[in-house]
Amino acid sequence: MDITIDLDGGVPIYRQIVNQIKYLAASGLIRPGEELPAIRTLALQLRVTPNTVAKAYDELERSGVVWKRHGAGTYVSEQRPLLAHQERLRIIEQRIDALLAEAHQLNFSVEDIVRMIQKRRAAMESAAADEPARAAR
Amino acid sequence: MSRIIVDVDGLCRSFGGKVALDRVDFRATEGRVYGLVGSNGAGKTTLIRHLLGLLRAESGKVRVFGFDPVRDPVRVLSRIGYLSEDRDMPEWMRIGELMAYTRAFHPGWDEAYANELIGTFGLDLSTRIKELSKGTRAQAGLVAAVAHRPELLILDEPSTGLDPVVRRDILDAIVRAVADDGRTVIFSSHLLEEVERMSDHITMIHDGRVMLSGEIEDVRRHYRRSRVRFADYFEAPPRLDNAFSFEGGGRTWSVIHGGPFDEFRASVVSLGGEVVDSRDATLEEIFLARAGRHEPLEAA
Repeated sequence: MDITIDLDGGVPIYRQIVNQIKYLAASGLIRPGEELPAIRTLALQLRVTPNTVAKAYDELERSGVVWKRHGAGTYVSEQRPLLAHQERLRIIEQRIDALLAEAHQLNFSVEDIVRMIQKRRAAMESAAADEPARAAR
Repeated sequence: MSRIIVDVDGLCRSFGGKVALDRVDFRATEGRVYGLVGSNGAGKTTLIRHLLGLLRAESGKVRVFGFDPVRDPVRVLSRIGYLSEDRDMPEWMRIGELMAYTRAFHPGWDEAYANELIGTFGLDLSTRIKELSKGTRAQAGLVAAVAHRPELLILDEPSTGLDPVVRRDILDAIVRAVADDGRTVIFSSHLLEEVERMSDHITMIHDGRVMLSGEIEDVRRHYRRSRVRFADYFEAPPRLDNAFSFEGGGRTWSVIHGGPFDEFRASVVSLGGEVVDSRDATLEEIFLARAGRHEPLEAA
C-alpha cells in the first residue's frame, strides 16, 4: 500500500496513516472488501512501531473506513467513509495551507500550482489505468 | 494494565564527582517501544548499564522484571537481549561459536529464527568476530541479542556508524519483537527521525537529567512551532510565555513553545504582534529547543 510518512509537517504518524488510508479508500485506490496489510507488514514497510499502525487501524475502524474480522485481518468497509462536512473541509484546508506556504517559499504562483495539480491528476489517472494491465502480467 | 517491565526511580550516579545521572525516573511497560534520546554523554548509556546490573545505583531504585539487576543478575539478564553501543563481543570467537555460546545461556533460544536471520544477513559462521566489518558485526550482535526472543530488548545506539541496509535490519528486528511476541524494546539513538518513527514513548536526557518523558503523541502535542510577526523591530528575541527557542530576527520570529496556545498568543499580542501560523513541533525542533542549542542570540 502506497503510504508516505513525512516527519517535517508536524502531523502525528498515526494520523498520517489514517488520512492516507481514508484517501486511498475514498478515491477507490483500495476497494471495499480489500484486506489491509497486517500491522506487522505495514510497520515493517513504513519503519514505524507496530503500535502506531495498530492505533491508526483502531481509529479507521471507529470512523467506519475499515472493519476487523476477529483475529483474521482488517478489511476496507463497503460504505465510503462518511466524514462530516466540517471534518472534510478541515483536512483539505490543512493540506492547502501547507501547499500554499511551500509554493510561496519556492516561488510558485497560485496559477502554477493549479496547473501542476491538474497535470499530476492526469498522470495519476493514466497510472491507475495501467494498473490492471500490470496485475495481469 | 500492562505489566511493568522496568521501573527506575530517583536514580543518581556520578563518576569522579561529575554527575552522570541526576534523579532519573524511567518506567517501561510491556509491549511498547521506548526511545532514549540525548546528546553524546547525556547519560543514556549510563542508564542502560544500570538496567543491566553493570552499575550499582548510588541512590534511587532500579528494578527490571521486579528484580534488582545487581542482586539478581541471572534472573534479569537471561530475559534481556542486549546490543551494546561498541558491540563488544568475544573477538576470538567465530560467529558460529558466538551463537552456540549465547544459546547456552538462554533456554529460550529459537534456532529457526537465528538461522533465518543468519541467512538473511548472509553471515558466514566460520568468520571470526575480529574480522567482521562494522555492519556484519552489528548483524551478528543483533542475532545474538534477539534469537532467544527476550522479554526485553535493549539496543544502545544500534544505528551508529551503520549503512542504511543494516540500520533497516535492526529496525525490522524491533518491529518483529513487538509485533510477533509483544515484547518491550528500549533503544537509544541520536537519530531523531528513527526515534520518532520507532518509539511509542520517548525520554529525552540532557546532562544526566530527564528533560521530558511521555508518549510520543503527548510530547508532540505539548510543543508547537509558531511564526510570529511584530509591528516593532526586536534586536533580541522578545519575551514570550512558555517560549523555549527562537529563530529569525527583527519583526518575524519562529518560536518553539509549550503551554496553552492562547497564553502564548496573548503574550504575542501584548507585545504588539500576531501569530502568523502555528503547528505541532517536530521532535527535532523540540529536542534542539530543550537541549538549549538554540539559545536566544543575546540575553533579552
